[in-house]
Amino acid sequence: MNVTEDSTEQCGNSLTRELTQNPLKKIWVPSSTNGLPERHISQRKVCMTNCPTLIVTVGLPARGKTYISKKLTRYLNWIDVPTKEFNVGQYRRECVKIYKSFEFFQPDNEEGLKIRKQCALAALNDVRQFLTDEGGQVAVFDATNTTRERRETIIRFAEQNGFKVFFVESVCEDPDVIAENIVQVKLGSPDYIHCNTEEAVADFMKRIKCYENSYQPLDEELDRDLSFIKIIDVGRRYLVNRVQDHIQSRIVYYLMNIHITPRSIYLCRHGESDLNIKGRIGGDSGLSARGKEFAKALRQFIQSQNIRDLKVWTSQMKRTIQTAEALGVPYEQWKALNEIDAGVCEELMYEEIQQRYPQEFALRDQDKYRYRYPKGESYEDLVQRLEPVIMELERQENVLVICHQAVMRCLLAYFLDKTAEELPYLKCTLHTVLKLTPMAYGCKVESVCLNVDAVNTHRDRPSNVDVSRLPEEALLTVPDHH
Amino acid sequence: MPRELTQNRIQKIWIPSKDDKPSMPRTCPHLANPPTVIVMVGLPARGKTYISRKLTRYLNWIGIPTKVFNVGEYRREAVKHYSAYDFFKSDNEDAVKIRQQCALAALRDVKNYLTEEEGQVAVFDATNTTRERRDMILEFGAENGFEIFFIESVCDDPNVIACNILEVKVSCPDYQDCNKTDAMDDFKKRIECYRMNYQPLDPDQYDKNLSFIKVIDVGRRFLVNRIQDHIQSRIVYYLMNIHVQPRSIYLCRHGESQQNMQGRLGGDSGLSTRGRKFAGALAEFVEEQNLKDLKVWTSQMRRSIQTAEALNVPYEQWKALNEIDAGLCEEMTYEDVRERFPEEFALRDQDKYYYRYPSGESYQDLVQRVEPVIMEMERQENVLVICHQAVMRCLLAYFLDKSADEMPYLKCPLHTVLKLTPVAYGCKVESISLNVDAVNTHRDRPEEVKRGPSILIRRNSVTPLTSPEPNKKPRMEGLDDPIIREVTPAQLTLLTLRVPKHFRGPLNYRLLMQQENVSHIFWLLASNQTLGLSLGDLLKLTNQMSS
Repeated sequence: MNVTEDSTEQCGNSLTRELTQNPLKKIWVPSSTNGLPERHISQRKVCMTNCPTLIVTVGLPARGKTYISKKLTRYLNWIDVPTKEFNVGQYRRECVKIYKSFEFFQPDNEEGLKIRKQCALAALNDVRQFLTDEGGQVAVFDATNTTRERRETIIRFAEQNGFKVFFVESVCEDPDVIAENIVQVKLGSPDYIHCNTEEAVADFMKRIKCYENSYQPLDEELDRDLSFIKIIDVGRRYLVNRVQDHIQSRIVYYLMNIHITPRSIYLCRHGESDLNIKGRIGGDSGLSARGKEFAKALRQFIQSQNIRDLKVWTSQMKRTIQTAEALGVPYEQWKALNEIDAGVCEELMYEEIQQRYPQEFALRDQDKYRYRYPKGESYEDLVQRLEPVIMELERQENVLVICHQAVMRCLLAYFLDKTAEELPYLKCTLHTVLKLTPMAYGCKVESVCLNVDAVNTHRDRPSNVDVSRLPEEALLTVPDHH
Repeated sequence: MPRELTQNRIQKIWIPSKDDKPSMPRTCPHLANPPTVIVMVGLPARGKTYISRKLTRYLNWIGIPTKVFNVGEYRREAVKHYSAYDFFKSDNEDAVKIRQQCALAALRDVKNYLTEEEGQVAVFDATNTTRERRDMILEFGAENGFEIFFIESVCDDPNVIACNILEVKVSCPDYQDCNKTDAMDDFKKRIECYRMNYQPLDPDQYDKNLSFIKVIDVGRRFLVNRIQDHIQSRIVYYLMNIHVQPRSIYLCRHGESQQNMQGRLGGDSGLSTRGRKFAGALAEFVEEQNLKDLKVWTSQMRRSIQTAEALNVPYEQWKALNEIDAGLCEEMTYEDVRERFPEEFALRDQDKYYYRYPSGESYQDLVQRVEPVIMEMERQENVLVICHQAVMRCLLAYFLDKSADEMPYLKCPLHTVLKLTPVAYGCKVESISLNVDAVNTHRDRPEEVKRGPSILIRRNSVTPLTSPEPNKKPRMEGLDDPIIREVTPAQLTLLTLRVPKHFRGPLNYRLLMQQENVSHIFWLLASNQTLGLSLGDLLKLTNQMSS
């Protein structure tokens, strides 16, 4: 064996680094030579790219590029890959405050060209900053990028900075889809704030024309060495070329599962359970009398909604299955939808947790998203566990998910693009159904209370989260219970 | 009225009872689809059989009962003596008839498998290069209510094709009595016979409404058209992640832990002195193997991280690789469990794969949990996974195509590394003991537990099955050749050989047979050419092994 002096020093068993457990995340962290725990973040991002990725959209206007960019950004952030979208159109609107007409986009408008080029460069500059200085992993560069020349500029930019490039091209010739897209998202754009609908549509169609002549789609031969996905006719067909790594593979899988068919997703918790009444967390108890009443009310609600092909999903816990049973329709059980595992705190009241594990209780308040219960889970763990559920929700049309408080918060955070800080405090009240309907770039939320009383199980973050706080301070926000 | 719920004692699943009789739990969402026929398309030597088998192994492992129907094998059954490529010429009328009949016989078996035998996916492995043939299959699917999904493999790289011919075709029974060059030449002519009538899937016109994936140049590019459902989407994702680069996967458990020594389940203890010694030995072993770009993965448990720390290389922690959660039984000895939860103890022995620990997990749960790890392993090249007994059994079952029944009893001793190297249609396994003593943590299936197919194995359940043997019982009138028993490559993959520890060099079964005192097991999963033996010899060997 040929080893250097340096590595001999580290090889010996006695010199193996000691492990200490991070009290918040319950993760074993090796101490570095100076005795302090090493930064651990890089090790936890399992098999993500080791260099940042620049996703570049390609396509004519009104092909859903911004829709894809925003949706993908939301998904990647939710699975804990820091992602940001950079929409060149917004830079342009910043730069040229008042939009006059399509003439700005004509290929012979030199002034327009110059401004647009500057905007693209400004956006790329921000991309660089995000990926190199701000801890970003993925940047989505949302612009038409319809010419090979523009794409080559971007590739050069990425090479210089050590970023991987993945192109997402959306190709669609269906006039109905394009018209729908214009009506849905373009008319609301600041560009057309002073226009009537016909004028705006007419102008936008001309704008598309400005790009059509110079459009060079990604080519199987000419661009054979690039990594890309071509989405044809809104997901009817895909061409996938040279997927390089884990993150690109996940992106491709995601893009192949999303659709734009109108539908609604209904989220609710199980009916109130016996342990809810007692103020105990977790467990696997059955429904209380009021919980059963909610289950019946849910049945009526669902019938009144008159939903086509509704899928009903539950967890594998008794209280969600009991709730679904009352509906009298087929349902499917997912273990992935089970409530967060509170480990040693299962079936305890908050008062008991404070009494037995005051430090744990304080740590949880300090960083509720990353806090892992001893022998249990964190919200962060839950998001990983729920990823296949989200993927299948994207594939499906109308779905009712009967789940649990923490699980519902995670699902909701995905649809409403909430941060890890907000997620564990989202209000998901018992006996209330949230109806989510995808609209334009986001999601409309209707909260429907079924008017059956239930205990409150929401505990807000107390102002004092220090380990040395008094029990009264820790218990200040505990909801009432028996 | 809502039905009452009772908890299934083995799986710990809440089941509504009808007339006080529990009905079957619906545990696996979104698979209640019509059965699917996957139809391969492509010229010979484009890796169709490789894809078929690999996909079948994956689908069975994730609990979707799947079986391959290889029309070539039906043909070899029907026509025992292959003479030459002339057989595949499109103007050879007799042969065209025979081939058509073989396809029909295979389709009959597909139908039987999907309607009578609880199969969920059938892989119809043949060239299917003409529209006429594919239209016939589409009609068959429509008649029986099966979804049809095509997988076309397109490759024009002569090196890849030559490589494929050498690896799996030259050794095929058709060329038993040929030398390699003749076989190669004949096979190339066979490809030409198909090329004349080859009509690739046409996404723009003729085939635009079909569901398919075109795999171009061994995964360099993919064209995906009209994915219909969950299973097709999973298949596409899987096919986009596999590759054929040569590499090895190393599996081992953490070094012996303190709780291993006390005979306790689970927990999160550190390594024992011997465990630390193993970690040191593992560092040396990995160094000796001299691997290009080795990735090291651990669980988030202390013992696996401590083991990885000794290697002095970067590693990544997966929560998904954590040991099975024994719930209330965590940190107990088997004696404790027997004493405190006698019923649980007995239930686990009854059906160890499905058995879920109270407030814990089952092997079935574990398979779902480690699926993303398998997907990433398929993407990667050289990987060392430092994991745990139950987790290692799940991973191993995937690579070696073991059923749910065998999986929880696979032997994964401490301080032993398994090196898995993909070969032809299977995986070669070398078991390397690093010669550091450790306690034995393997508990065999108790003798008194009666064996037999579990009542819980059913459609739509997550039950990995060993990929069934390709059907080879053509029922054809007018072809009166008696059916001979022969060994298919798939059967050979089940061959278990015992070989000495430091076995090097080409395999010689006579030498192997002389080794009586064998301490290390070496499974060899390969088709016959990897062994370099004739089919007759292999048959003899199999008989000797089983007697």
